[in-house]
Amino acid sequence: MKILVGVKRVVDYAVKVRVAGGTVELNNVKQSMNPFCEIAVEEAVRLKENKHADEVVAVSIGPKQCTETLRTALAMGCDRGIHVMTDMRTDYMQLQPFAVAHIFQKLVEKEQSDLILVGKQGIDSDCGHTGPFLAGLLNAPQVTFAAKLQVNDKGLLVERETDSGTETIQVKQFPAVVTCDLRLNEPRYATLPNIMKAKKKPVETIKAEDLGVDLTPLVEVVEVMEPPPRKEGIIVGSVDELIDKLRNEAKVLK
Amino acid sequence: MHRLASLRSVASRCVGVVRNVHTSAADYRIPTKENVAAFRTLLDDDASALMQGKSDLEHRNVDWTHHYKGQSELLLKPSTAAQISKILVYCNEHRIPIVTQAGKTGLVGGSVPMGQEVILSTERLNHIHGIDSSGILKSQAGCILQDLQTYCAERSFLFPVDLGAKGTCQIGGNVATNAGGQYYYRYGSIAANLLGMEVVLADGRILQCRSNIKDNTGYKVHQMFVGSEGTLGIITEVSFLCPPLPTSKQAVFLACRTYSDVLKVMKEAKSSLGEVMAAFEWMDQAIVRLVDERHVRCPLPIHDEYRYFLLIETHGSNEHHDLEKMEGFLDKLLSNAAVADGVLAQDLTQMQSFWKLRESANPVMAGAGYTYKYDVSLPIECFEEFAEHMKQHLTACLVVHGDWGHILDGNLHFNVCTPGVTTVDEQVLARLEPYLFEQVMLRNGSISAEHGLGQSKNKYLTMVHDEATLVTMRQVKRLFDPNCILNPGKYLPVA
Repeated sequence: MKILVGVKRVVDYAVKVRVAGGTVELNNVKQSMNPFCEIAVEEAVRLKENKHADEVVAVSIGPKQCTETLRTALAMGCDRGIHVMTDMRTDYMQLQPFAVAHIFQKLVEKEQSDLILVGKQGIDSDCGHTGPFLAGLLNAPQVTFAAKLQVNDKGLLVERETDSGTETIQVKQFPAVVTCDLRLNEPRYATLPNIMKAKKKPVETIKAEDLGVDLTPLVEVVEVMEPPPRKEGIIVGSVDELIDKLRNEAKVLK
Repeated sequence: MHRLASLRSVASRCVGVVRNVHTSAADYRIPTKENVAAFRTLLDDDASALMQGKSDLEHRNVDWTHHYKGQSELLLKPSTAAQISKILVYCNEHRIPIVTQAGKTGLVGGSVPMGQEVILSTERLNHIHGIDSSGILKSQAGCILQDLQTYCAERSFLFPVDLGAKGTCQIGGNVATNAGGQYYYRYGSIAANLLGMEVVLADGRILQCRSNIKDNTGYKVHQMFVGSEGTLGIITEVSFLCPPLPTSKQAVFLACRTYSDVLKVMKEAKSSLGEVMAAFEWMDQAIVRLVDERHVRCPLPIHDEYRYFLLIETHGSNEHHDLEKMEGFLDKLLSNAAVADGVLAQDLTQMQSFWKLRESANPVMAGAGYTYKYDVSLPIECFEEFAEHMKQHLTACLVVHGDWGHILDGNLHFNVCTPGVTTVDEQVLARLEPYLFEQVMLRNGSISAEHGLGQSKNKYLTMVHDEATLVTMRQVKRLFDPNCILNPGKYLPVA
């Protein structure tokens, strides 16, 4: 089985995002691999370690720093990387999921991938659209929010988490798209020997414009703003004061 | 009506001889009802600014290590330097001893009463005034360190001090103890970064805060209070110079088989990482195992042959440049076989997990049992030899060991714990002290690298300083606090 994994470079999960110039500030801000993509990479590498896959290819779309994100994927165990080069903002401001899905479609056709693993959503855009769009374009089965993945004789048995409970889905047809959720696995750290090995693994660079995909955004971002600051709590002096405030200010008591 | 617990201090005052400057805790005056009423007035009749009662003040009387417990029945929480000044004038006149208490995270019992001293908390002086474009930060002394770090980071500055207790400790306390921390090597000491302070003296005088990056306008009086542990005055405001926030941070967690490998890694780090190196922490297998079992998983498997673990962090202005330096460094380590294993953090969350492990060393050990903590300076080559020597010395005792430290600063944290036993074992203590300190002095080290003296190590100062220095120190104390009302019984040896 050949696996294609999407790894997105996003503002680091631990960074407090700020708005500047009417949009999200990216200047001098630490960027790292999207946490859900880390989980997708981990799952792909495990499938390879368990001999269910023979090759794992990592794909990242964005500026030249995406090669660092790809190096992380390679250090975790992917075999090679594909960097789709573009200077468009990939946090939904310019390049959007519909175009991203089309890029992935071209790569899947080129690589003849059997399984596409992506994170359930990017922590910058919070869309969760790329996986489903891609499945639609490929006319492939999709399982989103995967929390458990097993290979069986029929194909893939995947558990997906929803608000109303867990669904178990048997994937029988390939290529298939699976988007990865938090409980699927705990990604490994990149160890020293593997980081050194990763430097020798091939990374191919393709210009986004050369793929013959329409990259224009379909949605216009009108305004970006920080959420209003949380109002400070107050300490009341007595139970009577508390009841008075609950009744007359918060209006949660009759 | 005032009560005197001992006649000794009265006698020396009458005779006018400066022999017993540093009175012991026994010579205190217990506040009376009238004193309490006076304090209430001095605190502008704010009922919430005064607390009484031994049971209510129980946790204020016990230090973080649970080694020391005081008997104070009165806590004051002033909101301004003016209030502190009036309180000190009153205490000075009535000879009421005071213990200044900030975050109470100190490890030498310096901020808890020894008897019934009044506790003066700085917690209400928690306003951050601001930071200007050159990075000069001004704040009140009761600001929590982490709040200052967050405030600075939001404005693209780095507060130059960081330590495990950051969520609780206050900057006034950090200055009063000249706290070290993990970035000492890169950003320097508190003394170096502090531009000025506002401080209230025992007689109520308030010395104003200056805040220029360069200022050679007289004796640097404010520096006297750095590391003085509340024995010379009460710090109410500080001004610090903060460097720009590094845009690139990298961190590695490494495992070494031998101590000589650790020394090789250090040498290589200084040469390969050079100016971007920010922190270099060392831990032995014992403490890493303990933390891994109880609190935070180690990012590396803990094989028997991994005797030591290292956490190295870099700060720089160019991610690409720093990563290149880091990879060059790691390449050299692997080719010299100086490391057995290691991981490079791929994002800030992984980096924070390395630090979570390192910063859990202290609390995890404390949770395992009564911990005898030694914070010493030693020649870096001697760490292992000293630790092994002390462990040999203690083989007859039922203890576990855990060592860690800011190895680049030559600062070893040597810890001995009686697992499951939460009270002091006098036999273990007798075996440790003063022998350990003698061994440190033999190796030209320091018996207290960064934790200070408090009531834990003041008695050993005669081992450290010559008579002339000790006399001079006592003269300084007498100059600033002639009636010895500020944190008595601590810091200097009780004569």
